[in-house]
Amino acid sequence: MVGLSRAMILFIVSSGMSLVLGVLRVPNIAHGSLYMIGAFSAFSISTLLGGGNAGFWLALFLAPLVVALVSFIVERALFCHLYEREHLMLLLFTFALMLILGDLVKLFWGADYRSIMAPPLLQGSIRILGSPFPKYNIFLLIIGPLVAVGLWLFTNKTKIGKISRAAAVDMEMVGAIGINVSWVFAFTFVLGCFLAGLGGALVSPTISITLGMDHDIIMEAFLIVAIGGLGNMWGALVGSLIFGLTQSLGVLFWPQFAIVFPYAAVVIALTWRPRGILKSVW
Amino acid sequence: MMLELQNIHTFYGLSHILFDVSLTVKQGQIVCLLGRNGAGKTTTLKSIMGIAPPKRGKILFKGEVVSGKAPYILCRKGIGYVPDDRRIFADLTVYENLEIALRKREGRQQWDIPRVFELFPSLQKFSGRKGGLLSGGEQKMLAIARALVGNPECLLLDEPTEGLAPAMVAVFRDRIRLLKESGLTVLLAEQNVKFTLSLSEYAYIIDDGRICHQGTVAEIQENEAIRTMCGI
Repeated sequence: MVGLSRAMILFIVSSGMSLVLGVLRVPNIAHGSLYMIGAFSAFSISTLLGGGNAGFWLALFLAPLVVALVSFIVERALFCHLYEREHLMLLLFTFALMLILGDLVKLFWGADYRSIMAPPLLQGSIRILGSPFPKYNIFLLIIGPLVAVGLWLFTNKTKIGKISRAAAVDMEMVGAIGINVSWVFAFTFVLGCFLAGLGGALVSPTISITLGMDHDIIMEAFLIVAIGGLGNMWGALVGSLIFGLTQSLGVLFWPQFAIVFPYAAVVIALTWRPRGILKSVW
Repeated sequence: MMLELQNIHTFYGLSHILFDVSLTVKQGQIVCLLGRNGAGKTTTLKSIMGIAPPKRGKILFKGEVVSGKAPYILCRKGIGYVPDDRRIFADLTVYENLEIALRKREGRQQWDIPRVFELFPSLQKFSGRKGGLLSGGEQKMLAIARALVGNPECLLLDEPTEGLAPAMVAVFRDRIRLLKESGLTVLLAEQNVKFTLSLSEYAYIIDDGRICHQGTVAEIQENEAIRTMCGI
């Protein structure tokens, strides 16, 4: 159960990355930094409002919007001028962005460890099959599928979602049917980054919020989208489940080597299906 | 004049593809651009559509210079594009392919999804099927239907009969005639001489990136020497 709830956080972050990777064809290394900004923003908003129920729920709502605003500014001011460039340039750009955002977080929030409390409603645990299980993890188990359904509805039932699926395959032809691809890319990028911010806000009551949390998540998110299938949202879900569950099984059965388990699973998955378990859009 | 190309030169990287190409298409006409493989037909249409914009020369649409504008702006101005390789969105259903291209325009005869289904009934039959699972002919129909629901004034049709069985070619001939009767202006790039000349009023022949001859269909039909010279 703990593995599943960890998988939900990983899914929310990696689905955002997968969306950007699938539509814009950009491996956004700064995705982890936006996750970190989401967590720090949640801390600031929650602290500003004095914590408690209202503080947490407003932080959960506003922190991803802060991240979306940051990503919108970055996309419109800088990123949108680079889409025609080769992939290496885009990769270098997002790498530079990661360093800049990391330093900005340090300037703004400092290098101290921060933490926020889950709201009173989600504190404590309940017993499932005789074992205690944190209520907050149950909340994560509810949010994860809701995000998955929301993303499915977005990509399959909205016009902009259908356009983004078309742009993932042939952006030139999307332009030739009268659609301004630049705005489709902007919307997709902002949505992907919103999910990174949401992941950061959701994870904030469960870990210490600190510099460097971006590096951990970006590596995990990249591996998840690679084993799931680049640009495939359901692949991100499968990859997250594999990653989260193997991590927990490692802790349960062989704690000294727990960190190795998910990476071993990645090696096995990529040996079995080098292009990802589900269909890659690349 | 609906569409006018004035001495355009187009490059792919350092390769010079189109040399001083000029042509005009009047409103309501079907004008054809004939040429063998690699002659420059597709590049001409891509230049008009802004996908391969010309480095020199001008393109005018309804008197306005449009060269250098992005494809989405040209589509919104009223140019529809049907590429030779269809380029339908394989992961989207037939209906979704049409739905995202749908564009209503004031004061113009409206093409919508039911109307293109009337034009190509087999598309309606497969409306829930993914575009990538259609046959080549059905994909061509979908590519034309997708351009039509954008309600263009001028349609750029690139080799609609390429790779089709003769029966299907006849179907396309009928449909393109219907489009002309509806008042649509068409620039048709083809290498199927018989098909093209049966539909068009005026023809340009392109070879090695240059317009090597132009004239009425009757002139070209009667003049075997021109056709041989231009390699069609």
